[in-house]
Amino acid sequence: MAPAETAARVAPAERTETLADHRSLPDRPWVTVVWNDPVNLMSYVTWVFQKLFGFSRDKAELLMLDVHHKGRAIVSSGMRERMEHDAAQLHAYGLWATVDRA
Amino acid sequence: MFTRTSDSCVARFGEAEATVLHAVLADLVALLAEDLDRTDPVVARLFPDTYREDPAGSAELRRYTEDDLRSAKLEAAMTLLDTLPQTGGQVSLGEEQAAAWLRALTDVRLTLGLRLDITDDTDLIAAIDDAVLSDPMSPRAGQLSVYAYLTFLQESLIAALAG
Repeated sequence: MAPAETAARVAPAERTETLADHRSLPDRPWVTVVWNDPVNLMSYVTWVFQKLFGFSRDKAELLMLDVHHKGRAIVSSGMRERMEHDAAQLHAYGLWATVDRA
Repeated sequence: MFTRTSDSCVARFGEAEATVLHAVLADLVALLAEDLDRTDPVVARLFPDTYREDPAGSAELRRYTEDDLRSAKLEAAMTLLDTLPQTGGQVSLGEEQAAAWLRALTDVRLTLGLRLDITDDTDLIAAIDDAVLSDPMSPRAGQLSVYAYLTFLQESLIAALAG
């Protein structure tokens, strides 16, 4: 991601959701993954997460930092059709999102 | 650059800025209006495969989703073009219009970013300096400057909207 000129360089998130967290949830067999890209602004990605998923600013920022530092983050989990819907929404905002098995 | 009033995001654009924005948005609209060339990396990035390791499954899904995604992108681009006077002037955006601007600016920046080989390591100021030094009239020098302007503009709109 392109860092914002004004954004504080916050330390990477200690821990947010990982693939492993979802493996034990049989009712959430699929996940939506957002991947890092060199263009999207950190502030924009945070805003998109808040807008599309209703996350708090803190949670959205932690997920954004995961994308930035680890290259990807899981932003939602659940039924396959729901994840395809989430990915399509993210694509409409220009984020690089994919759907995968949990 | 954008500032926030009680219920809108407001900015004033000079004629040169408005001309640049209309030109790059017109390019995006043209790309979206044509048959999508899936071998074009820009198309692949604006319409990503939903299943990373399943191109066939992604293509199948795309049959049902691509029209909606294309319409959404076109609508965002048209919102920007409709709300920005061609010769510049005052722009006042409600929340949904501002969101449409952010989406359209993103698609334009993604497009330019790919054409200009922008990576995580790109130092934009240094890249512009290099391009200008080697040939100030080159398309690359101009496009890098436009990319930097779009980045600055988008950042200011996010700050006004979400700040």
